[in-house]
Amino acid sequence: MTPGTALPAQTYRVTRADLVRYAGASLDFNPIHWSDRRATEVGLPGVIAHGMFTMALAGRAVTTWAGPDAVIEFSVRFARPVVVPDDEEGAEVTVGGTVLTVSDGVAEVDLAVTSGGDKVLSLARARMRL
Amino acid sequence: MALDPDAVGRTYAPPAPYLVGREKIREFADAIGESGAAYRDPAAAAALGHPDVIAPPTFPILLAMPASVAVCADLGIDMAHVVHGDQRFAYTRPVRAGDRLVSVTTVEKVMARAGNEFLSTRTDITTDTGEAVVAVWSRLVVRP
Repeated sequence: MTPGTALPAQTYRVTRADLVRYAGASLDFNPIHWSDRRATEVGLPGVIAHGMFTMALAGRAVTTWAGPDAVIEFSVRFARPVVVPDDEEGAEVTVGGTVLTVSDGVAEVDLAVTSGGDKVLSLARARMRL
Repeated sequence: MALDPDAVGRTYAPPAPYLVGREKIREFADAIGESGAAYRDPAAAAALGHPDVIAPPTFPILLAMPASVAVCADLGIDMAHVVHGDQRFAYTRPVRAGDRLVSVTTVEKVMARAGNEFLSTRTDITTDTGEAVVAVWSRLVVRP
């Protein structure tokens, strides 16, 4: 890894079933993540993924690149929601990474996280031990 | 409804430690589609130098988010108006099965801009013997 290295993009599929499972595992039962009725009531186009679920997918990419225990710091801003339609395909989230700096065995990576052509996370960064 | 600026500096801590279990780590890994062995197989974790299976990077949210919700309840914020804005983790080491974790959450900042209010918290997570594990920052957006 050197500054400018583009890390191999990772793509993940997200279905309604995944959001149910994540709600159970995380104890976040906010209905905007499982009810179209409740999501549209608050102005969303439909059920959206938990922000922390999207961040977890970005975390999977980071650990794929650096190893399961190498993350030192990880931060994101939630920019746009990941809308997950109620069908068999669901939504796709793609996580790319570009190495910004490498210093003292630590790489800082800028993450590009998109879904349906939208940037869903901004200011997404990770520092990882090499 | 304006967030109380006197809330800055208030701290919250659950009354008992959170006991991190292998089964919960596995359930969380399954839920995010993470199949890695270090999160499921103690031998794989040991090969990496860890005493037990480790948790994926966003696992600490299980401790930090309830704290944010408690802060919101204390400030009279309706969760239906709350959107997650920012999230950050700084790790001393990965969370692992067997950890008995203590978390202390501090309200760091409240502010208003363009009709929205913003609540920033920091949660320091340590073991119950005082070993630092991970620091967590959240910024929540409270919409009208």
